[in-house]
Amino acid sequence: MLRALLFTLSVVAIAHAELCKPDAQNAFKVRISIKTALGDNAYAWDANEEYLFKAMVAFAMRRYSSKSTTQISNVLLCNVTDRVSFWFVVTDSSKNVTTVPGSEVEAAIRMNRNRINSAFLLSDKTLQFLKITSTLSPPVEPSTPVWLIVFGVVLCLIVAGIVFLIFSGIQKHKKKNKESTETENLEEKVEVTLENGIPCEALDLKPGHINGVFAADDERFTSL
Amino acid sequence: LSATPEISKEDDRPKWDNKFQYILSCIGFAVGLGNVWRFPYLCQIHGGGAFLIPYFIALLFEGIPLLHLELALGQCLRKGSIGAWNTISPYLGGVGVGTWVVSVLVSLYYNTVLTWVMWYLINSFQEPLPWSACPLNENRTGFNEECYESTAVNYFWYRKTLNITPDIAESGTLQWWLILCLAACWAIVYLCTIRGIETTGKAIYVTAIFPYLVLTIFLIQGLTLPGATDGLIYLFTPNLNTLKNPRVWLDAATQIFFSLSLAFGGLIAFASYNPSKNDCEKDAVTVAIVNSMTSLYASIPVFSVLGFKATTAYWDCLDRNIISIINEFDLPEESIMQQNYTTWISFLNSSYPEKIAGLKLKSCDLQEFLDQSVSGTGLAFIVFTQAIILMPGSQAWAILFFIMLFCLGLSSMFGNIEGVFTPLLELRIIPKSIPKELLSGIICLISFLIALCFTLGSGSYWIDIFDRYAGTVPLLVIAFFEVIGVVYIYKIKNFIGKSKDVEWMTGRKLNLYWQITWRFISPLLLLIVFLAFVTLQMQKPPSYPAWNPKYEGFPMKEEKVYPPWVRAICVLLAALPCVCVPLVALFQLVKRNHRSKDPSLVSPEVFSCQGANS
Repeated sequence: MLRALLFTLSVVAIAHAELCKPDAQNAFKVRISIKTALGDNAYAWDANEEYLFKAMVAFAMRRYSSKSTTQISNVLLCNVTDRVSFWFVVTDSSKNVTTVPGSEVEAAIRMNRNRINSAFLLSDKTLQFLKITSTLSPPVEPSTPVWLIVFGVVLCLIVAGIVFLIFSGIQKHKKKNKESTETENLEEKVEVTLENGIPCEALDLKPGHINGVFAADDERFTSL
Repeated sequence: LSATPEISKEDDRPKWDNKFQYILSCIGFAVGLGNVWRFPYLCQIHGGGAFLIPYFIALLFEGIPLLHLELALGQCLRKGSIGAWNTISPYLGGVGVGTWVVSVLVSLYYNTVLTWVMWYLINSFQEPLPWSACPLNENRTGFNEECYESTAVNYFWYRKTLNITPDIAESGTLQWWLILCLAACWAIVYLCTIRGIETTGKAIYVTAIFPYLVLTIFLIQGLTLPGATDGLIYLFTPNLNTLKNPRVWLDAATQIFFSLSLAFGGLIAFASYNPSKNDCEKDAVTVAIVNSMTSLYASIPVFSVLGFKATTAYWDCLDRNIISIINEFDLPEESIMQQNYTTWISFLNSSYPEKIAGLKLKSCDLQEFLDQSVSGTGLAFIVFTQAIILMPGSQAWAILFFIMLFCLGLSSMFGNIEGVFTPLLELRIIPKSIPKELLSGIICLISFLIALCFTLGSGSYWIDIFDRYAGTVPLLVIAFFEVIGVVYIYKIKNFIGKSKDVEWMTGRKLNLYWQITWRFISPLLLLIVFLAFVTLQMQKPPSYPAWNPKYEGFPMKEEKVYPPWVRAICVLLAALPCVCVPLVALFQLVKRNHRSKDPSLVSPEVFSCQGANS
């Protein structure tokens, strides 16, 4: 009994070693950069974290294929380096010693990428699945582009300024016209010279009028 | 007694509110975008601090004399450029017409540059800045290809702003967002110049002073950035060997000349609104020195920021190499830092040379990044915007930077528009009943409609052409004729001698320095600069760098040659203002020969400044 158990274990171990190795079929390389992502709050990568990783991959496979057959023991990790990077495969327990096709694994990971990232407090860039491209989220675009709003404000201010200046110009022009006609009227009055309330033109030429009564008296004065 | 209702023509002429407004307008006209994006570049490529030597020599012998000449001319004759030259001699009226044509051509394309600045300004209100990240491609698996191969900043400038075509012959379509911004810019210009100097005089307080505030803020911020000192040391370290290259002297002379905005007619127009008794000598020296000091002052923050950008690029280069090495050798994170990078590289190179070679690491050299020099629109819209993304609080810096550029350009536009507006007001073509507001509105509207062709896909190529041909050679020619005209045709003894025009205006005897420079040095210098400039331009084949995403060397620009019809337009642009001078002289000659000799014609010798306003 014991011997049989030992035998199966060794077979499984060898099989696992066969299945999970760098550049194996359906194997993916993962690269994790904890210090870049978390800085001082970085945690160390140890066996517990590896267990969590296996659990997350199993969770992703379960969610994707909706059959609860994938176990944590189906996920094999190997070649863990100090970087931290490692390779993993997902085995299929229903078929003997084979791996789940890479396309399925890829689709499952893509679908649950967000959950996997958050479990480790990392992002797409710091938890890299080297052959799996991530769907990039587009930048947030507001419904009306911001620049159009700013432009509208600026244009309204300019147009208000122009209208104000034009109107003040027209008003100034009208006032100047009114003033110039007033001064012209004043000048007309001033130009008309008056003699005893009678305009000189009516009196025929120059102001001043020789009064014949006084002029005639000149003979009364004794001549010198 | 009755007061004479006829008001003298002199009181009708608009006046500056105070002397400060006039000086500020001249300074605003002279200080423009070139002080920020051309002078630092010239300093950098021509041996740093050593460039200041030819620069100040050119200022002394070319800049200040010509500036004084223009200001004295405008102040004495109290007319715009066309009227002033007609008064000096009807044969020289062509000089005035030439400056008017140059002002028109430059106004057209200069405001389009302001359009670009405005577009960037209103986009700076977005968080995050739109030029900081590439847009995604259609199936959202990666970035837009054109953007990915060049940079996000390049993509935003060439695609999102200009929507540039790969060739000047392909016009592309009108870009509606640029049309909107162009309309706004011309509306702002109309708002500020609506009543001539009455309104620009008020606007200039803001547009001339604000850039200095922003430059100071950038100076303080720039000096605190990492790598700023590298940039400044690189800029100012003098390399006296470059002075042996005549190209350096030519660049210094042309930079001074174009920077002071001489021969546009705008300075004559500004000075013509002055009272006759005003010290134009002191004004000229003040404006010239402030202009040069501003160039120097602006180069400090520009180079701090460029040094910061080079340092950041260097660090990025190192970091990328480090990541590749760590990933390849599966070393733990943060084992290789920037400090021990070189030791690690040498160790790994000796132990695993093939692996290192296979990584294709880029060599990171700080000097190489500092050497990447850019001038003009590339500096403002590509290099600086990239640096701004890296600064904390990048939105505020972007807004400040672009408002500063806008104010700098706007105050120069005021001078250009005055150069167009004032002569038109004085020519008897425009009936007196048209109010000033309508005239300036018509000018702005027509300019807007013509400038629409710069909003086409190929618009920026055309602006380069206008900048290279309409804004350079004609000015040199016209300035040469200006000096020759005043000194030898009007006879300088009338200007500074017997009737003592300038002496009467400034209130002191004219220095020997002015006599020598006006008579001999400046005309000679202008002639040499003109010949050298034209020779150099002819040596270069008329080619332009085109942005072509389909080019093999993309993102490098493709050098293309101008087609013959474009070359004809270049020649036309350069020749049109110059040809006005002999054409008008010829026209006057023909007119005079047709008429019998008219004794009532005023000969130039009789004219004097004191007689001008009696």
